[in-house]
Amino acid sequence: MARQFLSGNEAFAYGVRLARPQVISAYPITPQTIVVEKLSEFVEDGSLKSEFIHVESEHSALSCAMGASSVGARAFTATSSQGLLYMAECLPYAAGGRLPIVMMNANRSTALPWNIYGDQRDSLSQLDSGWIQAYAENAQEALDLALMSFYIAEHKQVSTPFMANLDGFVLTHTYEVVDVPTAEQADEFLPPFETENKMSLTKPKNLGFSAGPDTNTFFKYKEHTGLLNVKKAVTEAESRFESIFGRHYSGLTENYRTDDADYILITLGSISGLVREIVDKLREQGEKAGLLRIRYMRPFPNEEIAKAVKNAKAVGVLEKDISFGNEGTVYTNVNSALQKAGISIPTSDYIGGLGGRNISPGEIENIFEELKQEKSAVKFLGIEVR
Amino acid sequence: MALTAKTLDETEYFYGHKACAGCGGSLAVRIALKVLGENAIAVLPAGCMSAVGFNFPQLCFGNNAIISTFAGTASMLTGVQAGLKAQGITDFHAVGFAGDGGTADIGLQALSGAIDRNDDILYICYDNEAYMNTGIQKSSLTPFGAKTTTTPAGKNIHGNLRQKKNMFEIAAAHDIPYAATASVGYLNDFIRKVEKAKSIKGTKYIHILAPCPTGWGVKTDETVGIAKEVVDCGLWYLAEYENGSFTLNHEPKEFSDVSEYLRKQSRFRHLTDEDIEIIKQSRDKKWEFIHKNFKKEK
Repeated sequence: MARQFLSGNEAFAYGVRLARPQVISAYPITPQTIVVEKLSEFVEDGSLKSEFIHVESEHSALSCAMGASSVGARAFTATSSQGLLYMAECLPYAAGGRLPIVMMNANRSTALPWNIYGDQRDSLSQLDSGWIQAYAENAQEALDLALMSFYIAEHKQVSTPFMANLDGFVLTHTYEVVDVPTAEQADEFLPPFETENKMSLTKPKNLGFSAGPDTNTFFKYKEHTGLLNVKKAVTEAESRFESIFGRHYSGLTENYRTDDADYILITLGSISGLVREIVDKLREQGEKAGLLRIRYMRPFPNEEIAKAVKNAKAVGVLEKDISFGNEGTVYTNVNSALQKAGISIPTSDYIGGLGGRNISPGEIENIFEELKQEKSAVKFLGIEVR
Repeated sequence: MALTAKTLDETEYFYGHKACAGCGGSLAVRIALKVLGENAIAVLPAGCMSAVGFNFPQLCFGNNAIISTFAGTASMLTGVQAGLKAQGITDFHAVGFAGDGGTADIGLQALSGAIDRNDDILYICYDNEAYMNTGIQKSSLTPFGAKTTTTPAGKNIHGNLRQKKNMFEIAAAHDIPYAATASVGYLNDFIRKVEKAKSIKGTKYIHILAPCPTGWGVKTDETVGIAKEVVDCGLWYLAEYENGSFTLNHEPKEFSDVSEYLRKQSRFRHLTDEDIEIIKQSRDKKWEFIHKNFKKEK
């Protein structure tokens, strides 16, 4: 283990190197570029043996990764925003093909208007594509997630592609001290990729086929089951990870001071760090505030959320997303979890950080203040609607 | 001894599919796989050949095969060859079979990328001159004058107004190691070209004209005959691009009658004598270019 000063993108690239992907397809887009640049340097200096393919679009990036995965190679790619949308056709394709590709997505706003800064509308718009979706909070988690994502995606009962999300700039470009595991440790953690779901010269297969109305539901049900199995695979991966690297992760969610909390703010990604600080400040003032950080949006942590908030008086959701004409997508998912669990408490949605707009400590304090009114509402931070 | 239709591998790699009677595309796929053998890994995009060959649980390829996205034939082939190479496997042939729309329209970007990288793949375009799988719509390889369901032949417009895109020379312009044109009417020529491509490292592109009786409006037993005739009347040609130069493989002594070729297909039946004159003129212009720039086969 060596401590290094790395940005989120760099940390992720170090994690990918430890996972030894056999094929990397790369196409640049801000703010993802540093990941593929770094990986190309690793290939150049010989520290990573990988076929590094300069594809000509994001659609080809994922299509190429699918080709590699379909012959049993471990494949990695990375994208962001417009790139994710450009490759969107390939997302359900890879998931339906049960190809455990790992992709990093640097969360960024989508045009129009053009904007290169971070929000989560890009990945959340692809929530139904059949991919595992995880959101890292900091550079250390980004590195650890990079390594764990391959283990989880390739897990025999999962076999599903993995999208690891890092908030654009706030996480991708911010430098932190990161523990970088050794290659020996990483090899102990992550076995080589093995699958029966591949084309091989000894056992030829026809893959990527059509399935009509009679059989289609079976394939889709199996796909759904694969995603549900992620929960078990995450537990397995994290306990294995902890025993080798000594760092603990808490599954699909992370609860912070939620046990006796009256008011809980649910969020995801890098903003969680600030929310945690505000929770501490409010706790010092005697307020029973708590944070629930969603680490995985798919599979969705229905039970974990219900369990964590069941004794709260009100819940807020803070998200960098809006499903136009309705509400934030995270909020919709959270409400569904509570409803299914029979929990009837006020819930409010706070839409913030769009196009990289700063979310201030004052705004988060204000959210906790408003939760005390115990009324449900959908609000945009920074816009006063009279 | 050169491989011919008579000496081909008797193993079938593409059979039991539900292609229409007389399908030129399925003939091209069947023959190419016989030349490439059991270590071929085929990538086929959405289109006729994937629609007829991959209906679970009736999967029709004896070798490895996968459907790619419509635009992703070449990029998936890139991944397949890179994935195998990374595992130290070298005795395979990554081959793509895409139609004219899948190649010259939606798949062109990925194909250009693959040629640019010189990925070790063979890309075969079976050109039936329209989007046949979706019901005969115009592609950029639909010839001038052809009636399709999106280029109707009426009083004001006589079918397709545009000339066929020149995919062979577009591939060659990338300085590709090997490119060729072919026709299912000249199978031994096609077999020779696939065999040659099999031995060349890097990207190979073969463009084979493969009539679709349904879309062209000919009888199902006329596929091979009409594919021969299109070469004999000079509207298609058999050529190769290698080491930076073009070679013409077959020079008709004199062109057979263009109007005869056109008039026997219902897609061209509406053409006026003036329309046919335009087609003849563009043919002659093309052959002028060929004579000037292509070497003749020794």
